[in-house]
Amino acid sequence: MGHGRWQDEVGRQRRRRWGSGALWGLLVLAVRASAAGETGAQIEIRNFQFVPATVEVRAGETITWVNDDEEIHSILSGEGLFTSPGLDGEQRFSYRFEKPGTYEYRCALHPQMKGVVVVR
Amino acid sequence: MQTTRRELLTCAAAWAGAGVVWTVSSGILSSRALASSAGAAKIRRASSPGDLHFVQISDTHIGFDKEANPDPVATAREAVAKINALDVEPAFLLHTGDLTHAQKPGAFDVVSGLLQEARAGAVFTVPGEHDVFVDGGKEYLARFGTGTLGSGWRSFDHSGVHFIGLVNVVDFKSAKVGALGDEQLAWLQRDLAGRSASTPIVVFVHIPLWAVYPEWGWATTDGEQALGPLRRFGSVTVLNGHIHQVLQKVEGSVTFHTAMSTAYPQPAPGTATGPGPLAVPAEHLRSYLGLREVIWRGTSGALAVVDSRLA
Repeated sequence: MGHGRWQDEVGRQRRRRWGSGALWGLLVLAVRASAAGETGAQIEIRNFQFVPATVEVRAGETITWVNDDEEIHSILSGEGLFTSPGLDGEQRFSYRFEKPGTYEYRCALHPQMKGVVVVR
Repeated sequence: MQTTRRELLTCAAAWAGAGVVWTVSSGILSSRALASSAGAAKIRRASSPGDLHFVQISDTHIGFDKEANPDPVATAREAVAKINALDVEPAFLLHTGDLTHAQKPGAFDVVSGLLQEARAGAVFTVPGEHDVFVDGGKEYLARFGTGTLGSGWRSFDHSGVHFIGLVNVVDFKSAKVGALGDEQLAWLQRDLAGRSASTPIVVFVHIPLWAVYPEWGWATTDGEQALGPLRRFGSVTVLNGHIHQVLQKVEGSVTFHTAMSTAYPQPAPGTATGPGPLAVPAEHLRSYLGLREVIWRGTSGALAVVDSRLA
């Protein structure tokens, strides 16, 4: 049945993602970074909002967005610097900000959702 | 048998007993609330040559698998079963977008199969933002774009009614979810030019053309530019999805009807911190989901829009 086909496919995709070394590496890095208190700002996507909506980091730091909603969201840079894939519930996306500046972003599916990253 | 407006109102009174509230405005008869399909059946049985009967489903969100509805394929199939159980085969089925949930792998295959199961003379669709999210609409157009222009807009005539399918979700990468764009607006102007103001118009589109709740993205930023050239027509009916609930608005000769989803409900505008899937007790889910029948009386010019719950 078609139903089983797409659910199986979705399951396969998830296992592939969760099994990928790259993602686990990012998670480990994020945990280490926050444990050391160095970096690793995290932005939660909750109730169709980026929380906090404005985050300030130092150049070279990585920000991780985590989707806590049941709805799919994405992270889309206003300047086209970065675009996440669709993030389903509990999925995450990280981006390392190399240069100082003010970076606006939004959700591509819900453009009323906006956030700002200020890099010092 | 020819049915007069009085007879239609009699039917409407029967529907009122089933929870329907009716309004008559600018010659348009329309439902404001939810009905059992019994009243619609009564009107269908009283149909006469020249009448038109079609159905609308919306927001099937195939690929969604969260608490609000772990199995949207099953509920979409129930909606199709209700269509197939109608005593009259609809002239066509309209799907007003979000066929898939963010183009999950395989979801377009599933929804295409579901639509093929529907007993209807034809199927017409417009995309929702979830259908174009990953690839800008390439797969959607490859599957459903036959006979359309641009990002998937089209018009056609049936039984003296002019139908216009609009696309207001494609330019999402430039933050234009809820926009039609200049090219489509220019096409709409050309499409309407020269048509008699007495031609009934039905517009189908995903995101509401009117500002239901812009704070939640429930609006089309250039919707008014589309409505401008439509206002000279005596009867304009706008059918949309996106917000997963029945709302209605009347502006002169233009009536707006948003539709239920077959997948999951969303909160009423402004009643939650944001839009999104609304989890309700499983035993109540089907009372938030449904489909729509539209019956156009060619003889009297009356239009009935009937929203029916799955259960």
